[in-house]
Formats: sequence, structure tokens, C-alpha cells
Amino acid sequence: MQKFILRRLLITVVTLILVSLIVFVMARASGDPRTLLLDDYASTEMWDELGVELGLDRPLYVQYAIFLGDALLLDFGDSVIDNQPVTATILDRLPATLQLGTAAFVFSLAIGIPLGILSSIRRDSLWDQVGKMVALLGQSMPPFWLGIMMIFFFAVMLGWVPPSGRYDWNSFVLPAITLGWFTVAANMRIVRSAMLDSLDTEYIKLARAKGVSETQIIWKHALKNAVIPPLTFMGITLGTLVTGSIVAETVFAWPGIGLLAFDALRQSDYSLLQGIVIFFAVMYLGTSLLVDILYAYLDPRIRYS
Amino acid sequence: MADTVLATRPPSTFSPTVWVRKLRRRHVVLGISVFLLLLVFGTGILAPLIAPHNPHRGNLADQKLPPVWIGERTTTKTVVEFPEPGLSHRQISISRAQRIDPNAVLGGEVAVVLREGGESRYLLGTDDLGRDILSRIIYGARISLIIAVVTLGIGGAIGTGLGLIAGYFGKLVDELLMRIVDIFLALPLVLVALVLVVAVGQSFFITTMVLVLFIWVRFARQIRGEVLQLKTMDYVSLAKVAGASTPRIMFIHLFPGVINTLIVVATLQVSIVILVESTLSFLGAGVPPPTPAWGSMVADGRDFLADAWWISTMPGVAILLTVLSLNLFGDWLRDRLDPKLRQLN
Repeated sequence: MQKFILRRLLITVVTLILVSLIVFVMARASGDPRTLLLDDYASTEMWDELGVELGLDRPLYVQYAIFLGDALLLDFGDSVIDNQPVTATILDRLPATLQLGTAAFVFSLAIGIPLGILSSIRRDSLWDQVGKMVALLGQSMPPFWLGIMMIFFFAVMLGWVPPSGRYDWNSFVLPAITLGWFTVAANMRIVRSAMLDSLDTEYIKLARAKGVSETQIIWKHALKNAVIPPLTFMGITLGTLVTGSIVAETVFAWPGIGLLAFDALRQSDYSLLQGIVIFFAVMYLGTSLLVDILYAYLDPRIRYS
Repeated sequence: MADTVLATRPPSTFSPTVWVRKLRRRHVVLGISVFLLLLVFGTGILAPLIAPHNPHRGNLADQKLPPVWIGERTTTKTVVEFPEPGLSHRQISISRAQRIDPNAVLGGEVAVVLREGGESRYLLGTDDLGRDILSRIIYGARISLIIAVVTLGIGGAIGTGLGLIAGYFGKLVDELLMRIVDIFLALPLVLVALVLVVAVGQSFFITTMVLVLFIWVRFARQIRGEVLQLKTMDYVSLAKVAGASTPRIMFIHLFPGVINTLIVVATLQVSIVILVESTLSFLGAGVPPPTPAWGSMVADGRDFLADAWWISTMPGVAILLTVLSLNLFGDWLRDRLDPKLRQLN
């Protein structure tokens, strides 16, 4: 168990260091920051002075160490565009992103799990066909396009929900579906195959032979063992929600961190973007680490594999 | 003796009903997806020959024309001297109209074209700059195709090579390579792509590089697993005993054994490459404009949903159908070539 946690922790830390290294190297590759901060009339003295101030005169590894130290203290400097501290801007946008992520997560569980159960207990029925369709479309439909098509039908044509922004509960509907769509399909497929495996086991056959009712077999015996695989998948699910939020928030002008990343991209605001990327990477890697450890704790089979 | 006549008709060699029954639904679906894939492949290769218009140059007189099957939308308005405020949706000014029916009289009714109908010159309509959407989709297929081929070529080669090495050598080499694979799988690549684009700008090179980073690990994992099983086979041990060199064992004896897996993984990865590439170009982090990429075409139409829904819709349909076909074809291929892989999903 400890070995498992240590290994997972090590991978997470190394990945984070790699992300920070990419961000750092790319910051230097993008050119001298002084060209942005000083105008054409700046003297060589001003140029050098600012270089010392920004630490540009030191060796690269020292610069990286300073960068990493600042990042650990959640200090990503100020945005080039509006001169606001990057960390404050990100934290300001955090609630919107968390709300949308939660809504999408609930949606994906609320649709994916029942559909998976239904299609496994009624194989080749209408439900199974619907489930297969959802799974296939979930794999094949680009989420950004799904979002735009839903805006067209439900907001522009029918006027049921606002086309974008974050207002009442009904403005949550389309973004949450867009963000959760892929995960619905994934959850559904996993629950279905786990249920089929579970229904095929000896203890289910024994229960059937003993005359236990079909309802009890499904809900009491099969389902309990079928929820483990989708739960282990949850780490990946949460991870895709983090990066998926960039697309969903961009499509719906949802004022969260994902939209902030898109704006930073369009305005080439590197200091803002690097803060967001490191923040997202920590969230993404942190949640999957936590979930993995939790399930290793709950399910001994994972620990020893 | 009762004569029992066992008169049976000889079995027909061709029976439409049996034939239709044999052609199960799955094969129809598969046929359609293969047809669509060939279509995308063909149009991508032949783009300059078959595209009806220049994908980059639009005709501003033909802005936002709908697809050919959509007729013009008209309304009747009352002809007046000056429309009353707030009634412009029902009244039309005779003095300010650019062009008006000579028979129109004040107080009479006249049909007004709100939106022009589709024209056969532009089968799928035009975008806000008057560019032909069909031609742009055709050229977009070319871009998707090039990116898929380049990424899978490079990523597949790296992944297969490292997968062979990890699987064959095992122990420390395997452990090290698989930890690197784990790290790459955990790397949020869309974010990395955004960082690269802001730092050095959009380019074909950056897009393919990000996709290669994304794709090689999937090959490496799969191939490594396959090699781990293959290398315990007797013929591999015999080759070793016979004095075959390590590269020879890897490429002559092990590699042919993983080709099936390689084909299946590659087919299924193409769909992922196309989806990720379209997402990147939708966000403005893919191949730079004016190259018509499907994702950026969808993004272009976002602002015109209310009056020109087809600008976003059509390229999205192209992505959906291509990826759908690839997934269906890949699943079928997996079942045919490699029963072991069936349980993967």
C-alpha cells in the first residue's frame, strides 16, 4: 500500500515538475519580457536595471529555482494585460469553474449509471440500443460542436435557455451537458460492462438458483460489485472535466478559469496563462492522485496489481 | 411399396432473402463508414482537383448563403412612405428600398426577401466572408489527413520502437520507460499546447508535435504488453539459441507479431488525433489561419448562429461523420484482427 502511494506520488510530482519546466522553458523561448515592459526609447541602463530586477542576469537554473519557489508560494506575478496579480484573478474565477464542473459531474453520473444498468439488464432492448448510440456519439462528437448546436436549438430557436453566460439555474443546463457528455458515454460503457461481468458470476447464478427475485439480484447483488470500476475511472473523469472546461467555458462564455485560459491565449498573456496551466495541472493531477489512493485503500485488488 | 418421392429442389445458389439476412445491419453500418472514410481520404488527396471554389478567397457578394436545399425566406410587408417606428418588421419604405417591385403601390402588400435561398454553386452554403463551405471542408479534410498521417507516422514509430524495447528488455528498462509513459499520460496536453502556442505562435509543427507527444504513449503501452507475451514463445528462445542478434530478434521475430495490434491501435488513434486537432484549432491553438481546419471553421461560425447556422454546423458534421466512421471501422478491425483487444474497452 505504501509502495503504491509512494509510486503514484512520485509520478505526480515528476509530472508537475515537467509541466513547470515546459512552462518555464517556453516563457524564455517566447522572447525577452523586457521588450514588452520597456518602450523603444529605453536606455541600455534601464534595460540592464530591469534585467537585474527580473533576475534575468542570473543563470537559467537559478531563474528556474526562483520561478518554482514563487509557484510554490502561489505567486505567478502580474498579468501583462491588466496588471492584476494572476493568483487573485484565478481564485476569483474558481467558483464558476467548480460549480460547472460539479454540475457536469452530477449530470454524467445521473445519466451514465442508470443507462449503463438498464442496457446491461435488458440486453439488445431499446435501452441497450440507446446506450450504444450514446456511447458511440460520446466518443465521436466534438464537445465544442455539440455545445454550439445546442445553443442553436435550445437558445436561438426555442429560446428555452440563455445562449451564454452564468445567470440562473437554467444557464447551467447546456454548459453542464457539453462538459459532461463525454463522461456520460464513458460512465455508461463502464457500468454496462461491469454489470455484465457481475451478472455472469457464480454467486449470481447461485442466487438465481436459490430463487432470489430478479430485482434483488440486480440491485443487491450485481450492482454492488459493478460500481467499483466506474469509481476507479472517476479520477480520469475529474481530470477530463478540468481540461474540458476550457472548451465548454469558451463555447458558453462561462466566466470561469477555462474562459480565462482562452482569453489569455487570444491576448498572448503568458504570465496569466502559465499561472492557469500550473493551477489546472495541480488540480488535474491532484484529483486523480487522491482518487487513486482512495480506491487503492477501498479495493485491495488495485493495491497489489 | 409406397413410392416415397423425396423431391427436393436443389439449393439455390442465390437467394435474395438469405443474402439480405446475411448482410446484417452491422455490415451495412460498416459499409457506410468505410465509404465515408474513402470519401474523406479521396477528397483530402484530390482537394485541388475537386474543390469547386478557392477555399481562401471569398466573394463578398455571396456572404452567408445557405446550403442549396434551403429556399429563400420571405415575408409580406406593407408599402408605406415612411415606416412607423417599431413597425419596420411589417412595413417597408418606398423611398428607402434599394430595389422594389415596379407594381408596388403605396398601401399595397409586397413580398420581401429576408434571406436569400441556397444556390447550386455553393452546395453547402457560404460563410461570413463569402467563402464556399464545401471547398473549405474538402481542404480541411486534407489538413486533417496530413496531420493524422504525420502524427501517427512519427508517434507510431516512436511508440512502437520504445514499446518493443521495453517489452523485450524488461526489468529496469521496462520500469523506466513505463514510468515515462505514465508521466506522459498524466500530462494535460491541451494545456501544454496552449502554452506552446502563446510562447512561440501557432504552427503546423507545434500542432503535430503536441499530438505526437499525446499519441506515442498509447502505442508504447499496447505494443509493450504484446511483446511481453510474445517473447516467452519458443520460437523467440530458439532464435536466441541460434545466435540471432538483439535487433534481429526485435525486428524480424517480434515486430511482425505486433503488426495486427499496431494497425488496430493506429485506426482507433486516428479518431482521437482528429478530435484533439479539431479542439485545438477550435480554441485557436491549431494550424494557423487561413488554412481551413474543421475546428476553426466551427469557431468561425459561432457569431452567426442566429442568421447563418450552417457555417458552424457543416464542418462539425464532417468531424462527427469522420470520427464516427473511424470508430466503427476500428472496432470492427479490432474484432477481426485481434480478439485479445476486445476486452480493452
